Amino acid sequence: MNGAWMTVLKRDLLLAFRRRSDVATTLFFFLIVSSLFPLGIGPEPTVLSSIAPGVLWVAALLAGMLSLTRLFAADFADGSLEQMLLAPQPLTLLVTAKVLAHWLVCGLPVVLLAPLIGLQYALPNDALFVLIISLLLGTPALSLIGAIGAALTLGVRGSGLLVALLVLPLYIPVLIFGAGAVAASQHGMSAQAHLSLLAACSLLALVLAPLATAAALRISVE
Amino acid sequence: MQWASWSAFFNMGGYAFYVWFSFGLTALCVAWEVISLRKRSKAALRLSKILAQG
Amino acid sequence: MSINWFKYSSPQTFYPLAGKMIPWFVWLATIFAIAGLYISFAVAPTDFQQGEAYRIIFVHVPAAWMSMVIYIVMAGWAALGLALNARLSAMMAQALAPTGAIFTLLALVTGSLWGKPMWGAWWVWDARLTSELILLFLYLGFIALQASIDDPRRADRAGALLALVGVVNVPIIYFSVKWWNTLHQGSSINMGAAPKMAATMLMGMLLMALAFWMYTVAVALMRVRCIMLERERSSDWVKELSVTAGGKL
Repeated sequence: MNGAWMTVLKRDLLLAFRRRSDVATTLFFFLIVSSLFPLGIGPEPTVLSSIAPGVLWVAALLAGMLSLTRLFAADFADGSLEQMLLAPQPLTLLVTAKVLAHWLVCGLPVVLLAPLIGLQYALPNDALFVLIISLLLGTPALSLIGAIGAALTLGVRGSGLLVALLVLPLYIPVLIFGAGAVAASQHGMSAQAHLSLLAACSLLALVLAPLATAAALRISVE
Repeated sequence: MQWASWSAFFNMGGYAFYVWFSFGLTALCVAWEVISLRKRSKAALRLSKILAQG
Repeated sequence: MSINWFKYSSPQTFYPLAGKMIPWFVWLATIFAIAGLYISFAVAPTDFQQGEAYRIIFVHVPAAWMSMVIYIVMAGWAALGLALNARLSAMMAQALAPTGAIFTLLALVTGSLWGKPMWGAWWVWDARLTSELILLFLYLGFIALQASIDDPRRADRAGALLALVGVVNVPIIYFSVKWWNTLHQGSSINMGAAPKMAATMLMGMLLMALAFWMYTVAVALMRVRCIMLERERSSDWVKELSVTAGGKL
């Protein structure tokens, strides 16, 4: 069982490595979206640092969402998804491997790039630190919840926009706690409560989302 | 009764726009939903009739 | 006495049954609405703080209640549909969604019509208004997903799963929005701090809510009949029905 899990993970990572431009697209999107805000709002550092938590979190949310439609689409097209459905290993587990690969490819790079953009937004050092922690704790939940949307809209016309409509409302708690954590540390308060809630969201998503994703995949492929 | 006259009733203590807009919009939504469902049902039956008569 | 529920859950038998039930619910809705409107406008006294504008709550609060109740009922039908693989349950879930979305929209619009004279702003990022807005997004997602899947069986089951995911998330979303709201107290005015409600006001709201509820049942039954006709278009019973109902068209 462990073997199948590792195989799926390695395979997805290898595929992502071969199509590096996809990863780059996510990163560029994050970079461009977060660079547009200062141009629209003005370069005033106090204003920028006050909107930074929300802007960076929303940009990370949108960037992660962009790649969701690709999560199962290629496997669906070449038939390997059907094999996974028929495999003796529980589909729920294989789903976690795919989601982990998605997070490593699309979530983690954004987490690593975010502090650089935070600097552009005049975020102080401790807020930058909280930003990284909050993104590290929160983005797995985004990938996990996003996988449900990706599975539901598999092979549906206009699935890219539909995924956004389905998934974005479900991202709201993560956005609130994530951006709230950074804002709290900016105001000299402890971000611990926010971060704990964020971790709770991710854990809950880790337990429930793969089950829902597996069920959605069965509905979509059947 | 709360109201001295009909005009006082329609005036709603100066909040006529807000109050009547709220209730009017609700009535409009209800009417629209019922009428559109009637139309939908008739259209479905008409199409089946065409199918039935080949 | 045992009733064969599965017999009633087939579209062919449920269609005429629903047709017989609709007038009853329409009558109940009308009676409750007349009683509710009478209390709202003739019996309930003027509020000493809010003047007459408070009468908006007689549609606003019941609409907000219904928007939440319908979502939960919809998820219940969805769960039943998934568990029993029953077509009728999935159709009921699908039939409820547009009505739920309309009530959510009404709650938002009447809330802002109440907010303008009370708060001086059309929109305030109050926890309840924000949650209501997110609920509207959830309804729209459900409707959009079902509309974009062509295979009705897949649409039913995908919609059902989404409704279940939504209903698990609703309390988390509501909690997070409340949390967010208390952190940004400056911009918010607490709706919960409204003066103690008089018994007549509560009575009026309850009657209006009952009217909306009966209306919802009637409209959902009407819509489920439409869905049945559309899905079973080429089946014999629909063809027969369309020919016999032909005179009325």
